[in-house]
Amino acid sequence: MRSVMKKIYIALIILFLYAPIGTLIVLSFNASKTRAKWGGFTFNWYVSLFQNEEILRALFNTLFIAFVSSLTATVIGTVACIAMTAMKRRTKAILMGITNIPMLNADIVTGISLMLLYISLGIRFGMGTILLSHITFNIPYVILSVMPRVRQLNVSTYEAALDLGASNLNAFFKVVFPDLLPGILSGFLMAFTMSLDDFIITHFTKGVGVDTLSTKIYTEIKKGIKPEMYALSALIFITVLTLLILINLSPADKNKADKNKAKAE
Amino acid sequence: MKKYRLHHIKQISVTLALLLSVILCGCSSAGKGVNGQVIVYNWGEYIDPETIRMFEEESGIKVIYDEFETNESMYPKVESGAVAYDIACPSDYMISRMIQNGMLSELDYAKMPNARKNIGAQYFEQSRGFDPDNKYAIPYCWGTVGILYNKTMVEEPITRWEQLWDEKYADNILMQDSVRDAFMVSEKICGFSMNTLDPEELETAKNLLIEQKPLIQAYVVDQVRDKMIGEEAAIGVIYSGEAIYTQRENPNLVYVIPEEGTNVWIDAWVILKNAPNKENAEKFIDFMCREDIALMNFDYITYSTPNEAARNLIEDEDIRNSEIAFPDLSRYDNLETYVYLGEEGDSLYNELWKEVKAY
Repeated sequence: MRSVMKKIYIALIILFLYAPIGTLIVLSFNASKTRAKWGGFTFNWYVSLFQNEEILRALFNTLFIAFVSSLTATVIGTVACIAMTAMKRRTKAILMGITNIPMLNADIVTGISLMLLYISLGIRFGMGTILLSHITFNIPYVILSVMPRVRQLNVSTYEAALDLGASNLNAFFKVVFPDLLPGILSGFLMAFTMSLDDFIITHFTKGVGVDTLSTKIYTEIKKGIKPEMYALSALIFITVLTLLILINLSPADKNKADKNKAKAE
Repeated sequence: MKKYRLHHIKQISVTLALLLSVILCGCSSAGKGVNGQVIVYNWGEYIDPETIRMFEEESGIKVIYDEFETNESMYPKVESGAVAYDIACPSDYMISRMIQNGMLSELDYAKMPNARKNIGAQYFEQSRGFDPDNKYAIPYCWGTVGILYNKTMVEEPITRWEQLWDEKYADNILMQDSVRDAFMVSEKICGFSMNTLDPEELETAKNLLIEQKPLIQAYVVDQVRDKMIGEEAAIGVIYSGEAIYTQRENPNLVYVIPEEGTNVWIDAWVILKNAPNKENAEKFIDFMCREDIALMNFDYITYSTPNEAARNLIEDEDIRNSEIAFPDLSRYDNLETYVYLGEEGDSLYNELWKEVKAY
């Protein structure tokens, strides 16, 4: 009985999580433009998606901004973390507090205040302002995921490297950096997804003619969202799914499995 | 958060990097045109992108094109001056607001021969509601607000707003979830102007809406389209621009302009005060008024075009003579266009609308 209930529970959760995405994918093959009617199966939306320059440019902008902003934020955030280890406890606590506030802050507040800042500084709105804003809100996420790694660092290994004749930089890249790498990479990924997701901040800080996917979709409200967007969303979902599957079928597991096999033999 | 092992993350980043470099190579950069640029602020999906390309090619002017989703989100962006737009395409009442606040620049029709020649006189006449001397706005798209009903789900043809109060259709009626459109309906039933600010008239209109509320299935905006196609409701208040499309999807649907009169909305091109590229802006608007270009845009947007010359070029006779897309405005004497009511008027309407929604 209990296990049946468990299965039903899981099924419900999965249903709630994936029913909307399922609907979207089904609609992306609907020949009719309206959700109310099934007009037959078609690949047309996928074809016209790749002919639609506006959507493709928005996609490119989204990925470009996500990549550049998360990369920059990762560098800045990591350096900040390392610097914080050398600080007094109190300064460090204050600094951590300051970096945490923007994360808890509502996006709309961040967006509007950034917009006002740019206007008062006379910065021209465009791709640059979006990038700056994304870097700004990405840094705290990087710090959040790199900081625990920094705390686990063993200072002795770094000192040992220095004793053995490594230069500061050399010791950092050979000893400290590899230890931090998992934290840095997960921080990068988190920043990447945050930037990919963002609508509100981009909406307030974007310049003329620069659109990301989210702002592009929003402008379609008056005339109804085009089915090409369903197709694109379906493709993005499938890409992410494949990536996740690839990760879980990683060589490490295979190695382990091979070793286990060897042992058994 | 799940922690991934190092090499997993490496795989992801390599994939992402590859993806990006592929896209980067595919993207060509576009510079300024030989004859400068023009910055256009228009509704989303409100132009055939091909027409922009044609304009750039013919004029050598680079078009920087930006989109907005509501009049209300367009206004502060233009007002803040963060970007110096040349052209915008707001709706009637927003244009009157911009005129009042001195944000628009007077048009020079001599530089826009197509505008005078091709845009029907009746549309300029209708625009006088918000632009009394036709000094600022050139109509781009227009339409009416009316009733869309499913002829298999009603007992007699619907011809009047009043019938939306008929208890027979309880739970089968869709109203627009927007202050002005909802009040317009009850004001027209009472024979008031839809721009009225008379407190007594507004009170009557409000009470009428409250009376109707139990019969309403839902207050919606975009969903009217899909719900009517899917036969989820019998009667809905809808913009005429959507009517032809819904009819194509479901032939049982009929669109009528109610006898009591209705709103004629007009979205029009305006040139902003201090537009940095005024001459290019005039060229752009004139280009958009050329009959072949207007026809392309009509095919793309499917909202009625005020461009008579373009209408004559429409090949499909049913559409060219469609009563839905091109009703004869002179047949009605109770059509109105929204005007800006001022900040106080706006908040009065919003207050009353809140009372209706909360009732």
